[in-house]
Amino acid sequence: MSTLINECIRLEIAGENSLMLYFSDKGQESSVITPNISSHVQQADQLIREHFKTEIVDLIPSYASILVVFNLGEIDHHNLRNKLKRLLKQCNSVSNTQGRLVELPAYYSLESGMDLPRIAKHAKLTIEQVITLHQTQEYRVYAIGFAPGFAYLGEVDDRIAMPRLTTPRLKVPKGAIAIADRQTAVYPAQSPGGWNLIGLCPVDMFNAQAKPTMPVEVGDRVKFIAIDKQQYLELGGNLPNQVSSHDYK
Amino acid sequence: MTISKNALGFIVTNAGVLSLIQDAGRFGAFNLGLTNGGPADSLAFYWANRLCGNELGATAIEISLGGLELIAQVNCVIAVTGAPMPLSINGLPQTCWQSFLVKAGDTIQLGFTPLGVRCYLAVAGGFTIKPSFGSTATVCRESVGGLNGGKLVKHDVLACRAMSKSDSSIKQLMLAENDQPQYGDEVQLHTVLGYQQANFSSIEKRLFFSNEYQISQHWDRMGYRLQGRAVKSDIDGILSEGICYGAVQIPANGQPIVLLNDRQTIGGYPKIGSVISQDCAKISQLRQGDKVCFEPISMSQADNMFHLNLRRFTQTKLINYS
Repeated sequence: MSTLINECIRLEIAGENSLMLYFSDKGQESSVITPNISSHVQQADQLIREHFKTEIVDLIPSYASILVVFNLGEIDHHNLRNKLKRLLKQCNSVSNTQGRLVELPAYYSLESGMDLPRIAKHAKLTIEQVITLHQTQEYRVYAIGFAPGFAYLGEVDDRIAMPRLTTPRLKVPKGAIAIADRQTAVYPAQSPGGWNLIGLCPVDMFNAQAKPTMPVEVGDRVKFIAIDKQQYLELGGNLPNQVSSHDYK
Repeated sequence: MTISKNALGFIVTNAGVLSLIQDAGRFGAFNLGLTNGGPADSLAFYWANRLCGNELGATAIEISLGGLELIAQVNCVIAVTGAPMPLSINGLPQTCWQSFLVKAGDTIQLGFTPLGVRCYLAVAGGFTIKPSFGSTATVCRESVGGLNGGKLVKHDVLACRAMSKSDSSIKQLMLAENDQPQYGDEVQLHTVLGYQQANFSSIEKRLFFSNEYQISQHWDRMGYRLQGRAVKSDIDGILSEGICYGAVQIPANGQPIVLLNDRQTIGGYPKIGSVISQDCAKISQLRQGDKVCFEPISMSQADNMFHLNLRRFTQTKLINYS
């Protein structure tokens, strides 16, 4: 049961208590990443949050979609579908809204970013050029998920886009700055991962005790600012050999 | 950060294979990337709380496979439901699916279940655990919830409300055997077609719904990987998007994965639809080698089944045997 809400929003079933909203540019397929679609997602996400109280239990906005999880005890899918249609009808693709600018320090080096030589070789650039290209770009937070505090940032310069490793690493250190295709991210905690590592960021991307818990939210703009090893350590960063011997909980 | 050091309740003397603090789950924290957690078999969890006279979402312990041993420090009422783990109090066998009084000093022991996977131990008033992000549900992968983000370990103290000896309101309740859920090694999974279902041809859908699948060696609270007839989608991947409870993901090898309580919140594999919640609870009681088959239902049928199930649960009366 696919419903068109307007020429940019399509509604699909996800599960027993979940509906999916898919966003696209007029007439386009919803498989492209653009700041406009992302702004549209954000706008709809806010509208839904304001209009529903207990009927909706959770929302997951992503690149071009919103998963709407509702409370079956309060509303059924017919009713919710109609309410969403009415609410989102006037919500049309908007121009790119500007989120907050968040600067993240980045210690780029061979020691902190072991995949820099591979990316440089792949891109036929020098390591310095790869680093420059990564920090020149301003990124948008498109989605948060996969793991607590994991923010998907896009898009990296086409020249340094790099496919994921064929075999993911078992341990990627906390704070690792990485690239996968045209996305970049900072690993919030040590975890397995298949992205290409280019540096380390000393900022906690997820801290349950801190307020706010995360330094960024969906829609924010992120810029990486290069720092040296000394600054990285002063800001509380750990180096990978110390990271691996450290028991993260 | 935890409850005061001298709060009494239960001391864990053996944590078993995997015992986790769980409440109904963590909702409203998807924007930080936090998943739901919560009881894998929600029906058994709700029964444990009802038997103790609790709110249905009160904090209880989910015990997987068995091996948990606790010593009570206070007098209180407990109940154990779910997979048939042999339960004993001070070495004497005790019946599950009923609430009963334990006294300070009693040893509560759970053996290993021959059938099913998980059972629930609830205490009247619920365990007093400080919530993280609005819930006490433990998600080990995220290091969130429970006492300190992980499974129970020896010497943990689980605080709860003590009963006074003269408490006249103590009711001992039981669920009639006929009303107890049955656990087996085969489950039918009612599935609502959804998400990228249009990217699966009608032949692939028919194959998916007519073949039996086995639980592979990879099954946990995050998801159950199945083995059987591969299902092919027209697409390899999608733009990462939100994953709901019960979503059936079909990766490139065509072997379905049913995503459960501890699933990642977003992902980029195509999904054919989602298993309804009451059947997610059932698959969570299966283990490697057990069998499932998928049955397509409409969204409206799913809605009916949800309400019928809820009605059956709320209308079933407990027996007061005290």
